[in-house]
Amino acid sequence: MIASLAGQASPARVFACSAPHTAEMITDLSLRSYEYRAQVLRMVYERKSGHIGGAFSIAEILACLYFHHLRLDPANPGWNDRDRLVFSKGHACAMLYTCLAHRGYFPVSELPTFRGLNSRLQGHPEPQKTPGVEVAAGPLGHGVAIASGMALAARMDGSSRRIYAILGDGELNSGVIWEGLMVGAKFALDNLTVIVDYNGVQQTGTTRHIMPTEPIADKWASFNWHVIEIHGHNVGEILAALDLSNEIHGRPVVIIARTTKGKGVSFMENQPAWHGGVPDEKQFLSALAELEERTSEWKV
Amino acid sequence: MESLIRSPFGSPVLIRKAYGEALVQLGAQRDDVVVLSADVQNSDFSFMFEAAYPHRFINVGIAEPALVDVAVGLANAGKVAIANTFAFLFTTRALEMVRTHVCYGGANVKLAAAYAGLSDSFDGPTHQSISDLAILRSLPKMTIVVPADSLAVRKLLPQVVAWSGPAYFRMCRNELPQIFTECYEPEIGKGITLIDGEDATVIACGVMVCRSIEAAQMLMRKGIRLRVVEMHTVKPLDVELIVRCARETGAIVTAEEHSVIGGLGGAVAECLSQCAPVPMERVGVNDTFAESGPYSELLDKYGLSAHAVVAAVENALERKLASSPHITSEVFE
Repeated sequence: MIASLAGQASPARVFACSAPHTAEMITDLSLRSYEYRAQVLRMVYERKSGHIGGAFSIAEILACLYFHHLRLDPANPGWNDRDRLVFSKGHACAMLYTCLAHRGYFPVSELPTFRGLNSRLQGHPEPQKTPGVEVAAGPLGHGVAIASGMALAARMDGSSRRIYAILGDGELNSGVIWEGLMVGAKFALDNLTVIVDYNGVQQTGTTRHIMPTEPIADKWASFNWHVIEIHGHNVGEILAALDLSNEIHGRPVVIIARTTKGKGVSFMENQPAWHGGVPDEKQFLSALAELEERTSEWKV
Repeated sequence: MESLIRSPFGSPVLIRKAYGEALVQLGAQRDDVVVLSADVQNSDFSFMFEAAYPHRFINVGIAEPALVDVAVGLANAGKVAIANTFAFLFTTRALEMVRTHVCYGGANVKLAAAYAGLSDSFDGPTHQSISDLAILRSLPKMTIVVPADSLAVRKLLPQVVAWSGPAYFRMCRNELPQIFTECYEPEIGKGITLIDGEDATVIACGVMVCRSIEAAQMLMRKGIRLRVVEMHTVKPLDVELIVRCARETGAIVTAEEHSVIGGLGGAVAECLSQCAPVPMERVGVNDTFAESGPYSELLDKYGLSAHAVVAAVENALERKLASSPHITSEVFE
């Protein structure tokens, strides 16, 4: 399967922004989320470096955004009225790069260069190197404030483009996140949707143990954000929440997506060790087998 | 050639007011300019832009990290985002955002740094900024510009805004004498020889330009001809001019309202040590925090007087003469 992905000449199927959420779409996006996890696994395994856990927890969310919801033109990455995606949890960029490649921003055959010398695919996102990447990210906590600036610019331009940001839950520990929340609320940025990949695990333990963030929905609501909570691996729920977020007026929207770190590989799920862990050969083959099994389940 | 400097200097002008006026003018010329503040717009006079263009002014509150991050977001959409706060805050609290999102990310954000050097004199060392040049000079892609009077603010700010990529515009809080005549035409990246001389060169920026001119006049009375170069762009450095001055005058002094470590003096020393080693002295704050007090007296106390420039030039000259081949051959004879 990996070989067939790498050899793929044309970009993957894209469902138009206006397309209804059919069972076929949901199946397709769910299935490719597992294919892309396998791609990420291969990238990290071959480079012996990268972040699998947090990449696996956002697979469905990114698939829904890049292959249906976002208004983009990969042939013209600088198109000023494109929707923006701020990838705040930069460490999980192996999944971002995989989506960008399959969306047509650069060849899928370039993915194995991830984190290598002379690659456009840096260890953390760099906008001037990688087509489709909007801002530098890696040091955590900046997504909301940067996205707020983009949302303000869209409003000044009278543009209907929308701004999205994907955060990890661990980065909610960072103070600048809450500065961004206040900016978004002050300016009532209803063209802004933030998605929190709430997988409950950060580098050295559970978020509950390291720095408790609950009640997270109440916190965002008290900052005057509209809060939507979903199951973050359920494609139908993700698609519905993204649509709903576009209908809220007068307030920015946060989608709290309850996810599983390392989703899809049983021995990686909910384990802090797989935040930045690299599989050995046995683990790699075992993980790949599980992901292929999940993929084939969706094909049925 | 018409003189670039006034004699005598024109009456002092409040630099931040000149900045506010220059911002308003830019707002009229370019509708892509957006001004941001971390709630100090009445300090740095960016409130003048707010009054003229309220829809292009954003106050993020006392939140310097958000100030820079929001500016990065605006820049992503093609705006020229001018972020305003105190110099020390850009280079301490907001440094991560400046490094990662502005420099590494290549965002077209301009950092308008108010109250730089010792110029927030009464507020004391918590608010003074004597390490900003050292910190920012080490960041790839950063451009650093330091205007020396109100005319320089007016002529350099539009260039900074038109400059592609990150830039830091470092300004004094207070009144400075009007140094330059209308013939002054600065260009980012090019130093300017204000006074010619062959005995030694002083390379200065900001408030130390007028003090270096005064030093040249004092030295003239002693028969020493000091060349005065204004280095308004600390990065990228005008290496060619510095090397030429070293070869032609054989002694270099730098003068800046900054620590002697890592600022203009550091930059010039790096250049000379590699390209044209000559005796060199640095005038600046001598690796210490200053204190509260009236601006001019504070500058004097912390080694930034015209007399300090004179003394540094004399030291450099002494070393130049001691190391000249002529003197050496006499010793061996």
